[in-house]
Amino acid sequence: MKTLQLTILALACLAATAAEGPQVYAIKGAKIVRVSGPTIENGTVVLRDGVIEAVGENVTPPADAWVIDGKGMTVYPGLVDALSTWGLPGATPVAAAGGGSGRRGGGNAAAAVAAAGAAAAPVVINGPEDRPSNSSYSKAADMISPSDRMIDTARDGGFTTAVTFPMTNLFAGQGAVIDLAGDRAGAMVINPSVGQYIKFPSGGGGGGGGGGYPGSLMGVIAYIRQIYLDADHYKVAENIYKQHPDGLPRPAYDKTLEGVIESPRTLIPANRLVEIDRIIHLSKELKLNAVIYGGEEGWRGADLLAKAKYPVLVSLKWPARPADSNPADVDTLRVLEMRDKAPTTPAALAKAGVKFAFYSDGIATPREIMRAVKRAIDDGLSPADAIRAMTLTPAEIYGVDKTIGSIDKGKIGNIIVADGDIFAGAKVKYVFVDGMKYEPPQETPAMRRGPDSTK
Amino acid sequence: MKTQLLSIAAAGLLSLTSVWAAAPVVIQNATIMTVTNGTINNGSVVLQDGKIVAVGTKVNIPAGATIVDGTGKYVIPGIIDCHSHIATEAVNEGSLSVSSMVGITDTINPEDIAIYRAMAGGVTTANILHGSANSIGGKTVVLKMRWDHSADQMLFEGATPGIKFALGENPKRRGAAAMPGLTATPPRYPATRMGVEDVIREAFTGAKAYKASWDEYNAKAAKGIVAIPPARDLKYEPLVEVLEGKRFVHSHCYRQDEILMLLRVADDYGFKVRTLQHVLEGYKVAKEIAAHGAGASTFSDWWAYKVEAYDAIPYNATLMMRKGVLVSLNSDDAELMRHLNEEAAKTMKYGGATETEALSMVTINPAKQLGIDKRVGSIEVGKDGDVVIYDQHPLSTFTKVEKVYIDGQLYFDRSKDLADRPTKEAEKKALITKAAEEQKKNAPQGGGRRGGGL
Repeated sequence: MKTLQLTILALACLAATAAEGPQVYAIKGAKIVRVSGPTIENGTVVLRDGVIEAVGENVTPPADAWVIDGKGMTVYPGLVDALSTWGLPGATPVAAAGGGSGRRGGGNAAAAVAAAGAAAAPVVINGPEDRPSNSSYSKAADMISPSDRMIDTARDGGFTTAVTFPMTNLFAGQGAVIDLAGDRAGAMVINPSVGQYIKFPSGGGGGGGGGGYPGSLMGVIAYIRQIYLDADHYKVAENIYKQHPDGLPRPAYDKTLEGVIESPRTLIPANRLVEIDRIIHLSKELKLNAVIYGGEEGWRGADLLAKAKYPVLVSLKWPARPADSNPADVDTLRVLEMRDKAPTTPAALAKAGVKFAFYSDGIATPREIMRAVKRAIDDGLSPADAIRAMTLTPAEIYGVDKTIGSIDKGKIGNIIVADGDIFAGAKVKYVFVDGMKYEPPQETPAMRRGPDSTK
Repeated sequence: MKTQLLSIAAAGLLSLTSVWAAAPVVIQNATIMTVTNGTINNGSVVLQDGKIVAVGTKVNIPAGATIVDGTGKYVIPGIIDCHSHIATEAVNEGSLSVSSMVGITDTINPEDIAIYRAMAGGVTTANILHGSANSIGGKTVVLKMRWDHSADQMLFEGATPGIKFALGENPKRRGAAAMPGLTATPPRYPATRMGVEDVIREAFTGAKAYKASWDEYNAKAAKGIVAIPPARDLKYEPLVEVLEGKRFVHSHCYRQDEILMLLRVADDYGFKVRTLQHVLEGYKVAKEIAAHGAGASTFSDWWAYKVEAYDAIPYNATLMMRKGVLVSLNSDDAELMRHLNEEAAKTMKYGGATETEALSMVTINPAKQLGIDKRVGSIEVGKDGDVVIYDQHPLSTFTKVEKVYIDGQLYFDRSKDLADRPTKEAEKKALITKAAEEQKKNAPQGGGRRGGGL
């Protein structure tokens, strides 16, 4: 009986894939894809207290290390989802209207009530001054739930890091770079504020009066323009007032502008070439430190993007004809071509010299994510560029490449160990997050299918 | 150079080729309807470096020119549509009664197929307007139908920007549902024509105050007095431009009472209404419209689609013209836009316009209304090389557009279009087959989830 209990306990521990054991690991005699430099065909990586202590061909595992035989194994930096909601289960909608500025005068009573943070009564939106759909101040770092099941699922597939964003409003809030392991939310955060996520509401553009502002793409763009102009003015006004506090009218506090100002970069969507061109123009006009996400027609816009020098986050959800579309509907040549060529975007961006990273865009499992990456490789992307787009490049885009994204001495101990090439169907055997070892559950032999089914 | 050519090919639509790179073109032995200087039989037009460089029975043929035989054909200036909503990904910002902060320039879609089709109907320039959902709508833009170019390259260089106003039934609608994910608001003001006037007056009162706040700040700054500058307000900036005469007002309207109301408001605030759009009851107040100096852009014979459009008559255009109003005919519609020549012809039946008067209403008159008549609207030496070749008289219902030149470049060629269709069809079929195969390959093949594997 006692034995049985122990067995159950042991099984439970295994199932939880919890990090166990020592704090010093050495993966010995493995192929090491460092990403930051040439791949080491036969080398050793040492992790100590959460940090990469050594990497190289002639590294000897220290005496106190738990040694993992790396023969036949390939070591990669932990994968990064460059735009994610992992760690934010059911990211709760934030109140649509933020604090009003009240600076432009003539504000009505309802807006004043909203600004005062009173009850969530229907808010009258008279225009951009009432800051509709704006929660620029909210931070993903403050909303992380370590028990989000996507954290385990993603980590089991080799993802150690996600750049996770609130996605509720037009100005949705600030993203955080988080490690996908940990008991406490705070301990997971690598950088709590790496950018403002702007989401364009879907639909719109049609006729009819009323509805909330902004109610069309024109309104959305005008609103973004006004917010960034207001943010510039906010800084100017604050500065002048600081130097001359006597005799000048006091500038109003505005948390939505504070949120925009404290965001070091702006994530802004563009898929079609027309949108890429439009967003580049807008970003240049507003002097945004822009990161463009989407990129379906990046294969057409690669030169424009290269010239604009904006990095691109490429969605791995390749466009396809919706499964429930009417069989009688025939798509236009343009749409057909866009779907056909979308997976050639990464190769085109690489060729044009555009900095790009991949993001999951709601794809539910790492296996499907890797299949989507494989499709880009089949369409001309080199595996080296592919792994970079999932490791070092996202780290560079978000300014955290000093600490993650490659296998280099001193970086955070985020690495994965696979039994071969991860783009050729290899399985992830070990995942290290902050130097802690996790073992993804291995598949049940009964469920194994032929090797071709992964293609 | 080779690299540049390659990248041009890759960029496709946003090609960097100069808009005026084509070889000279000579259209010979055609009937040239210049609109402003009569009709020339067996005449020639020479297009070079984007411009019309010669018109007449005897012209010099530049070296390397492409010769187009115009025997039996008609050449007219490119048609100008003073009221269109194509080539944009948004039409109405209907949430607010004053939405002057928004603009069509931000949402131009140079890949809208309606551009190509409008051009195939002889249109070379169009005024792209915000919709009529609000008393003061968004900013408008004049585009040349330069198909296969970027949004920037379609902009009519130097055209005075405009803004859409709207009177009557549309702007007094009280509201609709919000966009998904955005907050719905309570019913919108105004609900009556009185309210529409009030909204416009309030907006201009605000614009004047806004202007005054900047003037005050600039005066202080000039004297070295420390002050915080006013915040830029994108709602008021265009209205200040209207007051300063730097932005044209194009106002949607129907009834004579609301037309007079707007002219009074404009007089009160000291600005001009550049064009009255639709203006179906314009014939009742043509004298007043002419006195204000406003143009009228109307339909030929489209009415009774709403109560305020019941009192329309097809003689409207010619009656207003006879009273001294500058009149154009517009489409407001992607389909109608393709046969504005036919719309013009109707004014000969209703009201007895001459051929030239009829053609003027879709060429030189809208050009004047948009302030671009120095560049386009007639076939004159020095004007842009925007011409259309018809196979028959352009005011006949049987006529077809054969070729369209914009800036002296061939943008539409009917024979080429017809010849290309089988290739495009085959390309499409191949892509459909390929996509179906891809879908089959990726379809779930039954069985459970394989844990851990990639």
